[in-house]
Amino acid sequence: MYTPEMKASIELVGRSRNRRLKETFPRLTPDEKQKLLKDFHPDHRPDTLRELKVGKSAGQRVPHELADVLELKSHLDPDTFVLGSPDYEVDVLVIGGGGAGASAALMAQESGASVLLVTKLRLGDANTMMAQGGIQAADKANDSPVIHYLDVMGGGGYFNKPDLVKALVFDAPFVIRWLEDLGCMFSKLPDGTMETIHGGGTSRKRMHFARDYTGAEIMRTLRDEVRNRGIEVIEFSPAIELLLDEEGKCAGAVLLNLETNEKSIVRSRSTVLATGGFGRLHVAGFPTTNHYGATADGLVMAYRAGANLIYLDATQFHPTGVAYPEQILGQLVTEKVRGLGAQLVNAEGEQFVYPLETRDAVSAAIIRECVERKKGFTTITGQPGVWLDSPMIDLIHGKGTVERELPAMYRQYKRFGIDMSQEPILIYPTLHYQNGGVEIDDEGRTAVPNLFVAGETSGGVHGKNRLMGNSLLDILVFGRRAGVAAAANAKDGRSAPSGKVGIEHVRAYHRELEKAGIITDRVSPILLPDYTRRR
Amino acid sequence: MASENSINIFVMGKKYEVPKGLTIMKAMEYAGYKFIRGAGCRGGFCGACSTVYRVPGDYRIKVGLACQTVAEEGMYLTQIPFYPANKATYDVENEKAALGTLLKYYPELSRCVGCNTCTKVCPQELKVMDYVNAAMRGDIAKVADLSFDCIMCGLCASRCPAEIVQYNVAILARRLYARHMAPRAKHLEERLEEMKAGKFDSQLDEMTRLDTAKLKELYNARDIEP
Ligand SMILES: Cc1cc2nc3c(=O)[nH]c(=O)nc-3n(C[C@H](O)[C@H](O)[C@H](O)COP(=O)(O)OP(=O)(O)OC[C@H]3O[C@@H](n4cnc5c(N)ncnc54)[C@H](O)[C@@H]3O)c2cc1C
Ligand code: FES
Repeated sequence: MYTPEMKASIELVGRSRNRRLKETFPRLTPDEKQKLLKDFHPDHRPDTLRELKVGKSAGQRVPHELADVLELKSHLDPDTFVLGSPDYEVDVLVIGGGGAGASAALMAQESGASVLLVTKLRLGDANTMMAQGGIQAADKANDSPVIHYLDVMGGGGYFNKPDLVKALVFDAPFVIRWLEDLGCMFSKLPDGTMETIHGGGTSRKRMHFARDYTGAEIMRTLRDEVRNRGIEVIEFSPAIELLLDEEGKCAGAVLLNLETNEKSIVRSRSTVLATGGFGRLHVAGFPTTNHYGATADGLVMAYRAGANLIYLDATQFHPTGVAYPEQILGQLVTEKVRGLGAQLVNAEGEQFVYPLETRDAVSAAIIRECVERKKGFTTITGQPGVWLDSPMIDLIHGKGTVERELPAMYRQYKRFGIDMSQEPILIYPTLHYQNGGVEIDDEGRTAVPNLFVAGETSGGVHGKNRLMGNSLLDILVFGRRAGVAAAANAKDGRSAPSGKVGIEHVRAYHRELEKAGIITDRVSPILLPDYTRRR
Repeated sequence: MASENSINIFVMGKKYEVPKGLTIMKAMEYAGYKFIRGAGCRGGFCGACSTVYRVPGDYRIKVGLACQTVAEEGMYLTQIPFYPANKATYDVENEKAALGTLLKYYPELSRCVGCNTCTKVCPQELKVMDYVNAAMRGDIAKVADLSFDCIMCGLCASRCPAEIVQYNVAILARRLYARHMAPRAKHLEERLEEMKAGKFDSQLDEMTRLDTAKLKELYNARDIEP
């Protein structure tokens, strides 16, 4: 239900509607677009990114919010930390209970390793659970891994690492088969043919889906299987630091029980880090589509331990996220709404951008309208937004079109007392995906021996821009590969720790911080965002 | 009485004044709670935030997802952060998609008293009792279909007088259905054969050696399925 203030603005939108129906907002010239992006797109604006002052990738530009957490101290003080006897000893420690972590755990165990999976919330409270759209795989006759390869490369701006893309597209059909065998309910035609559709940037219809719940169906199946196989899982116990031996090889991790604040020690021969993305850092102040625990913990721990970071200067935003109602803030509003003719208008009821410019330009224009021109509408929670004039759709295409063409969205808004076929909806760009991350090879190895990374925490697979449907694929391809490689690594004599195991790397990192003039008492990983009211 | 733009809610019996229009989750955060349990996806997908509440003048206990339900004046609430539900372990691969399998792992199924409480409390508006009935008949395809949108929040089980864990029965049924009853994808089988025979190996290797200019050329010239 809209507030009286909103109704007043909606009234203005309604009043200009008939006039606007005949209006086409002029498209941006290439120069205007360049300037708009440079001034307002979070990725291009010089003030969104800054150079890292410390660590192996010092000098690299990353979002402020990420630099802020990378440049904090550890939860552990190297001067007082004593490594007691381990609470757990396993071949493979998996950190993170999303799709990448669950598949790594399953494959590591299948390869004969003893496995412990630790996670911050519950197993499956993860971005994986939220994916609706689908998962890509070239398994139809008119498609091939080679064509898939080209799509991935072009989408990523050719920054992608070739051997990672090769692994991605090569394993894709095997991953779909694995899921089918595990009893994952893909949407199929009566003869068993997978239903597949296009996604942004695909040249073949290779997006497989499980109704509107693709990620949830994959995640709950993997979770069920992890439990059936008796893999030990510890929930609400995030890792807060990695342990290294004297040669810098990873030898386990320190966990923090979020409920008792007790720390425990896991010693492992191989460690797989699969902690997901960074949406909850709210890069440049944006709302996000991500789950509660997406706070870049893996990047922080791996970076301190000496891993390389890549492509973190590119963040994926979606131009139309929900700005109101608060209940679904940041969730996606499909591009189809604009495709059907809905215009973007400001609080005064005026257009300010051609609605079907490229995603980055539309995002930038919305931001400019709210931030610079102050013509957006700001909700009682302080969230700015502009109107997406959805009632235009029925006026253009006939009554009932919204309900017929956008049933899920129509129902979603209806739940909150908003009839989007009669009233416009308030939207704002939303932070969607961490394109870059920890640099890996095609089996998830990092620059730190015994440390593997898989999933959204890693970087390189998607270059500087991930295509929809390739991330669910990525987490399973590299989760599985990392699981197998981690199990093999654990059996290899060379993975055994040399000398003392501890957190000397943290001491060195703290010293670097000090040298760079960064004096702070705050610690990272931050584990959970703090949304309590600041008093 | 709270001011014009705010309401009073009672979190586990304690009163807090919060702005109107927030979800229960955000109202609790506004009141100063930092969630550890009880918040996962924050978008209606994970079922971490089951909440039980009452509103003034109504004796009935209501339930909902804290991330999807708007806080109301006088709401008297608490979360169910964890529920000790029974989960059987099984090997889907080697089980039959049959009534016997469901009853072997969840014999309490047959205790259903038909009260329909599960359906009434489901925040996803699923016909929970209908799929429990289908399960009792061994109609596994129907269970799979009717339960598909389940987010496993556990509210059904928390109110079930027969102590059935509906959502765990449902996932067993869905996995049995998808593994043993749904027709297999033939095109996938064929593609796997081709890949195992190395059909794309050399082409893929070649792709990884191309420079950006050449890749761009191929990308821009690629044909797009309508
Ligand atoms: C709304 C939404 C829609 C999407 N739609 C699609 C789509 O249609 N297709 C597609 O391909 N992709 C989609 N994506 C992207 C995709 O879902 C994610 O990129 C992917 O699932 C990430 O998987 P992951 O296993 O790497 O991370 P996650 O699934 O996020 O799992 C990470 C896990 O690690 C835990 N964790 C975090 N920190 C710690 C710590 N310190 N210690 C222990 N555990 C920790 C987290 O709590 C979480 O459980 C979507 C994403 C979102 C948010
Ligand atoms: S937090 Fe996931 S459903 Fe509410």
